[in-house]
Amino acid sequence: MSDFEPKIVVYACNWCTYAATDLAGTSRMSYPENVRIIRVMCSGRVDPQFVLQAFADGADGVIVAGCHPPADCHYLEGNYKAYRRFELFRKLLESFGIEKERFRLEWISAAEASRWVQVVNEMVAELKKLGPLKKNLEVKE
Amino acid sequence: MTEKPKVAWYWCASCGGCEESFVDLAERLLKVFEAVDIVFCPVAMDFKREDVEKLPDGSITVALINGGIRLKEHEEMVKLLRKKSKIVIAYGACSAWGGIPGLANLYNLDEVIERKYLEVPTVENPKEVMPTKKTIVNIPEAGIKAEIELTEPLPVLLPLDKVIDVDYYIPGCPPTPDVFWNALQALLSGNLPPKGSVIGASQKSVCDECPLNETKPEKILVKEFKRPDKAMAKPNECLLAQGFLCMGPVTRGGCKSLCPQANMPCTGCFGMLDGIVDFGGKAISYFGSILDYSPLEEREIKDAYEKVPDWVGVVYRYSLAASKLGHKARLKKVERIKEVTEI
Repeated sequence: MSDFEPKIVVYACNWCTYAATDLAGTSRMSYPENVRIIRVMCSGRVDPQFVLQAFADGADGVIVAGCHPPADCHYLEGNYKAYRRFELFRKLLESFGIEKERFRLEWISAAEASRWVQVVNEMVAELKKLGPLKKNLEVKE
Repeated sequence: MTEKPKVAWYWCASCGGCEESFVDLAERLLKVFEAVDIVFCPVAMDFKREDVEKLPDGSITVALINGGIRLKEHEEMVKLLRKKSKIVIAYGACSAWGGIPGLANLYNLDEVIERKYLEVPTVENPKEVMPTKKTIVNIPEAGIKAEIELTEPLPVLLPLDKVIDVDYYIPGCPPTPDVFWNALQALLSGNLPPKGSVIGASQKSVCDECPLNETKPEKILVKEFKRPDKAMAKPNECLLAQGFLCMGPVTRGGCKSLCPQANMPCTGCFGMLDGIVDFGGKAISYFGSILDYSPLEEREIKDAYEKVPDWVGVVYRYSLAASKLGHKARLKKVERIKEVTEI
């Protein structure tokens, strides 16, 4: 599976993680091009349905990223909601037999471009080991 | 005299509850018999597959199909009915979204077969008799020589619309007599919504018609989740606000909120409202939202979730087979079904 390039969908909060990805760019940091970033206003806006849709449409991994708790959220507690939702969401993924490495909830502030690069690097390496999700979801007769 | 509309009524992986709902129409049933001709109905009438095959294509006005598609036989029959019918309706939760039998999609077929034939406490099977595709019976003394072939199971249970084109859905586990009656009225009058719609039920949520909704606070916040077998619900108070896992907010109404009124949280048998793409995803979205802890209270959040042993069973009780993922990843090949047995 050495030539497998995983597809990663990222839901990034406008106020911190999206700014961090911008900073990574302007600072000329390099990271794998496997990520597709979707900007949302808040990690609390990310419905678990979005993540399921991404997996069903061929994503091998999904990252939901927002501001650090307790006090960074632009909307006070959107990240609290995201945390509680996705803690529960992990249980669903486990029941569906989907490896926990395929989904990450990360707090990355606007200043943490290096953290962003690190998260993407780690996830790409993990997903390369796991292989494509689509193959696992095929039904064998 | 003009000819009456022809109705076919078929069951796939179903418990018989949907047929029960037909009988529950009570005296209204007589009006149904006046208005339509039933041409195929394995549960109550002796028409065979050949009788359906002989009908011209498109001659059945409405085919009501209940139960999920679990066997090759189901697949063949619904494809045949699709060809012969003008309108095909997925009747009940199993047909529309997989229903309770769809929860088996979390297991390999082998695990399902082992559970059913060996492990269930009420099963006694010391010889470990397992299903066989073909059985050859040869008893020369009695002059019997025969081959019996059984239909094969599909690797996962499928909702009807993953196998054939479905025109309308009638929701419920089972649909209530009133919902069925409303749908029949719509069908007989020809006053039908666009294809793919749910008929007979409401466009609003269960909460919208629930009398307990009045007691719902402005903002629902709970410290723990409760289940009806472990905690007693206070009467006349919103169940979700008490911490019970009520699916009312995301479930389609039309049932007249029968369960919440009897102090039982809604389990979601009327399926998802229009605009929701994944029932379970939407449900955990709001269950997560109402839990009143900050991320710094990691332990408390984990404990609150641990108290519910089967989240998938709660949020996907009737819709697992129609969910975005649909079944467990890495389902293995079936080995427990033998090719041939000789007796």
